[in-house]
Amino acid sequence: MLHLTYLIILLPLVGFAVLVAAGRRLGDPAAGWVATVAVGASFVVSVGVYLALLQVNAPVRSYSQNLWTWIPVDRLQVHAGLYVDPLSMTMVLFITGISSLIHLYSIGYMKGDKDFPKFFLYMNLFVASMLILVLGSNLLVTFVGWEGVGTCSYWLVSFWFTRDSAASAGKKAFVYNRIGDVGFLLAIFLVYDKVHTLDYQAVFANIDKIGSANITAICLLLLVGVMGKSAQIPLFPWLADAMEGPTPVSALIHAATMVTAGVYLLCRVSPLLHASPSAELTIAIVGAATAFVAATIACAQQDIKKVLAYSTVSQLGYMFLAIGCGAYTAAIFLMVAHAFFKGLLFLGAGSVIHGLHDEQDLKRMGNLRAYLPITFITFAIGWLCIAAVPPLSGFWAKGDVLDNTWAAHPGLWVVGIVTAALTAYYMSRLTGLAFFGKDRWSGADAGEPDAAHAHHADGHSSEPHESPWIMTVPLWILAFFAAVAGVMAISGSRFSLANWVDPVFGSALFHDNLSSGAQWTLAIVDAVVAIAFVAVGLRLWTTRSDRPALEASFLRGAWYINELYDTVFGRPSERLAAFCADVVDTKVIDGAVNGVAGAFRGSGSLLRRTQTGYVRNYLVGIVFGVVVILGFMLTRMWWG
Amino acid sequence: MTAALLTLAATSGHPTVPDVGVFAVAAAIIIAGAVGVVVARNPVHSALMLVMTLFGVAVMFVLQQANFLAAVQVIVYAGAIVVLFLFVIMFLGVDREEDIRKEPLRGQRPLAIALVVLGTTGLLLLGQVSKWTTGQPSVSGSDTGAPNVNLLGKSLYTTYLFPFEATSALLIIAVVGAVVLARRPPAAASSETVDEMPVDEVVIDHAPGAAAGTVTGGADATTGAAAPTGGAEDAEVDA
Amino acid sequence: MSINPDWYLGLSTVLFAIGAVGVLVRRNVLIMFMCVELMLNAANLAFVTFARTLHDIGGQVLVFFVLVVAAAEVVVGLGIVVAIFRRRASADADDLHLMKG
Repeated sequence: MLHLTYLIILLPLVGFAVLVAAGRRLGDPAAGWVATVAVGASFVVSVGVYLALLQVNAPVRSYSQNLWTWIPVDRLQVHAGLYVDPLSMTMVLFITGISSLIHLYSIGYMKGDKDFPKFFLYMNLFVASMLILVLGSNLLVTFVGWEGVGTCSYWLVSFWFTRDSAASAGKKAFVYNRIGDVGFLLAIFLVYDKVHTLDYQAVFANIDKIGSANITAICLLLLVGVMGKSAQIPLFPWLADAMEGPTPVSALIHAATMVTAGVYLLCRVSPLLHASPSAELTIAIVGAATAFVAATIACAQQDIKKVLAYSTVSQLGYMFLAIGCGAYTAAIFLMVAHAFFKGLLFLGAGSVIHGLHDEQDLKRMGNLRAYLPITFITFAIGWLCIAAVPPLSGFWAKGDVLDNTWAAHPGLWVVGIVTAALTAYYMSRLTGLAFFGKDRWSGADAGEPDAAHAHHADGHSSEPHESPWIMTVPLWILAFFAAVAGVMAISGSRFSLANWVDPVFGSALFHDNLSSGAQWTLAIVDAVVAIAFVAVGLRLWTTRSDRPALEASFLRGAWYINELYDTVFGRPSERLAAFCADVVDTKVIDGAVNGVAGAFRGSGSLLRRTQTGYVRNYLVGIVFGVVVILGFMLTRMWWG
Repeated sequence: MTAALLTLAATSGHPTVPDVGVFAVAAAIIIAGAVGVVVARNPVHSALMLVMTLFGVAVMFVLQQANFLAAVQVIVYAGAIVVLFLFVIMFLGVDREEDIRKEPLRGQRPLAIALVVLGTTGLLLLGQVSKWTTGQPSVSGSDTGAPNVNLLGKSLYTTYLFPFEATSALLIIAVVGAVVLARRPPAAASSETVDEMPVDEVVIDHAPGAAAGTVTGGADATTGAAAPTGGAEDAEVDA
Repeated sequence: MSINPDWYLGLSTVLFAIGAVGVLVRRNVLIMFMCVELMLNAANLAFVTFARTLHDIGGQVLVFFVLVVAAAEVVVGLGIVVAIFRRRASADADDLHLMKG
C-alpha cells in the first residue's frame, strides 16, 4: 500500500485535469461532485497509507519513494521524491480529510455562481499542491508545493475578481507570499552551497558540515519564508485582506492548510532548528509577538471573517511559539486541533453569511441562534474550543503549548496567557454579537454584498435561514472532531499524538518535564482564564452591540500597519516606478534606441556627401587609397 | 663600330657616356612630353606631346635591349592609338580649348597634388628600403642568349599561349563593342536604342520602357528606316 | 646593367605621378584618357626594367599584353566618348554628375 503514495497527489490532479477539460460542461453541481470525489478518494488512499505505515516499525518509521529524477545535473541531483513519515502523514490525513469536507460544503455554498466549475478546479489544484508540499522528500519539491499553494491562493482569493477589492487582495496575498519566498529560496541556495544536496535526510545527516553560523542563517531565512506563508509579523497583513475570497477558501486555505505549511516546514527541519538555539529563540519571540498583536486587533474587528482571520494569525503565532521552544509535538497538536475548530468556525461563518444573504457585518447580526440552530451549536463548539475551555480539544492543545513555554521561556508564557485571555474574550464577543442579543439584522438587507455572489435574487424572505444539509453535514463532522480531538493528548493511548509523532523529532524535541503539581497548576490557570474571559466577553457583548471604548480605532486599523507599509514601501516604490517609466524608459532607453537610429541617419547624411557624382572626385579617392596602401607597406617595412 | 662599342659597354658593367647621355636625353623628352600632355590647353597639342613621350619611352626600351617592344610601342601606341585619339578629337570637334585656370570642384587641385606627391614619395621611399623581388625562379626563361624577338615569340606561344588567345578574343570584343557604340541610332523608333548611352534623367525614368522599346527599336533598325532620328532624340531630351 | 635600374624606376615613378596629376586635374575627357596612357607607359617602363634586372623575359611579355589591353581599352573608351558627345557638345567630365548621392 505504501507504494501507492503517489496516488494521494495524483487523484486531486486528475480531478483538476478533468475539470479543466470538461468543467464547464459538467456545470453546477456535477463539477463540485467530481472535485469532492477526487479529494475524498485521496483521503481514502491516505488512510490506507497511514495504516500501512503503522506496520512499519518505529523508530525509523518512514518510507521513501522516488518517482523520477527531476534535476540530474552534475553535483545537484534532485529527485521528484515522496517521503512518508508520521509528520507528513499527519498533515496528509487532516489536509485530505478537511478538504473533502470543505469541498462538499462548497457545493452548497457556491451554488448558482457563474464560475462554479472554475472554483473546484482551483480547489483541487490547491489540494494537490499542498500534498506535494508535505510529501516532498527534498526542499525543492516542497518549494514547488509552496509556490503552488501560493498561486492557488491568489486565484481563489481573487475569485470574484470583477470586484476591485478582491483583485487587490489576491495580489496582496501573492506579493507578501513572494517576499517570504525570497527567504526560502536563499535558504535553499545556502543549504546547497554547504552540503550539495537538498534531500532532507541527507541534509540532516550532514549537519555538522554546515557550520553553526550557516545553520542559523538557514533557519532565519526559512523563518522569513514562513513569515510570508503563515502570516507572522511582519508579513501578516495579507491574511485579513484574503477574506475577500469565498468563505470555503478562507476555511481551507487560510485556516487549515496553506498557513500551516510554515509550521510543517519548520517541524520538518527540526534538526536544523535544534542546532541553532538563537534561531529557535527568534522564532519563539516572533510567534509570541504575533499571537499577541493579532489578538488585540481581533478584539476590534467588525467583519466576522476578519475576526477569524486575525484569530488565525494569532493561533499560528502560538504554533510558532511552540516550535521556538522545541515543542514540535505541541505545535502539531495545536495545528491539528486548530484545523478542525478554525475550519469549523469559518464554515459556520459561511453558513451565517449564506443564511443572512451575504451579510458579514457583526453589528448587523444578532440573535441568530434562534434562526440558525445547527449553525449555532456547531459554531459554539468551535468557539469553546478556541477559547480553550476544557474538556474540548483547544484546551488540551493550547495547554500543551503553554506548558512547554513555561518550561522553556517563562517570559513568553506571560505573553501566551495574556493572549489566551484575549482569545477567549474576542471569540466570545464575536459569538455574542452574532448569535445572542437582539435582532439587528431585521430591516437591513445585504450590507456588503458580494457582487458576484448574488444567488438570492429568487425572492427569499429577508429572514435568516438555515443552510442545506450539504453545508451542515461538514459542520457536524468538524464539530465532532474538534470536540474529541483532545484524546490525542492522552499519552500511551492508541490515539496519542506524542507516541505517533515524537520519534520523528528524536533528540530535537523539547520535553518540559514538569512536575505533576506544576502541570495541574498551569492547567487550572488556563481553564480559569478561559472561562473567566468567555464570561466577560459574553456579558459585555450580548447586552450591548456598540462599545466604542473597547474598539479602539488603533486596533481596528490593525495597528495601522498597512499605512506604515504604504508610506515606507508603497509610495517610494510608486515614485520609483514613475521615475523609471517617465525618465528611464522614455528618455534613456527610447532615447538610446532612437539615438542609434538618429546616429545612423546622421552619419548617412554625412557620408552621402562623398557621393558627388563627379568622376574626378572618385579618382581622388582611388589615389587616396593607393597612398594609404603605400603608407601601410612603409609602416610594415619600418616596424616589421 | 658603334654597335660593337655599345655591346662592349653593355657587357662590361660600367655605364658608358653614350648610355648615360642617351638616357638623359630620352628622360628629358619623356618628362617634357608628359608635362606637355597635362598642361596643354588644346587637346591636339596634348596628343602630340603624348607622341613625344611615347617616342622617349621607346628609346628607353631600346636602351634595355627590348628592341621588339620598342618597335611595337612606336607602331601600335604612337602610330595607332594616338592616331585614334586624334581622329576622335577631330571628328567630334572637341578641339576647343579648356580653361585650365578655373577649377569648379572645390579642393580638387590641392588635394590632387598633395596626394600624388605623397604617393610618389612613398613609392620612392619604398623603393629604397624594401626588397622588391621574391627570389622566385623565372617561369618564362632568360632575356638574353637569343635575339629578343625569338625569345619573346617563344615565350608568347608556349608559356603564355592562353593569355595570348584571350587577348585576341579581347580585341575582337573591343572591336565589336566599338562598332556598336559608335553607331548612329536607327531612324524609325521613337524610343531609346541600345547603342545610345543614356546620360540624362529622362532616360533613367524610361529605363523599363526603354528595355522593352530597345528590342523592338533594334529590330526596326534592321529594316532601315530612313526617317530622321534627330526629332526622336530631341523629344527625349525635352521630355 | 650598364645604367643603374633605379634610375629607370625613378623615371617611371615620376612619369606615373605626372600622369596621375593630369587625370585628376584636367576636365577634358580625352586629355584625361591620354594621362591614363601616360600612367600605363610608366608601368611598361618598370616592367621592362625588371625584365632586365631579373633576366626574365616574362616582363617583356607582360608589356606586350599591357599594350594590347591598352589598345582595346582606348578603342572602347573612345567609342563611349563618341556616344556621349553625340548628345551634348561639351567634352567636360564635370557635366556628367548624374550619379550624385
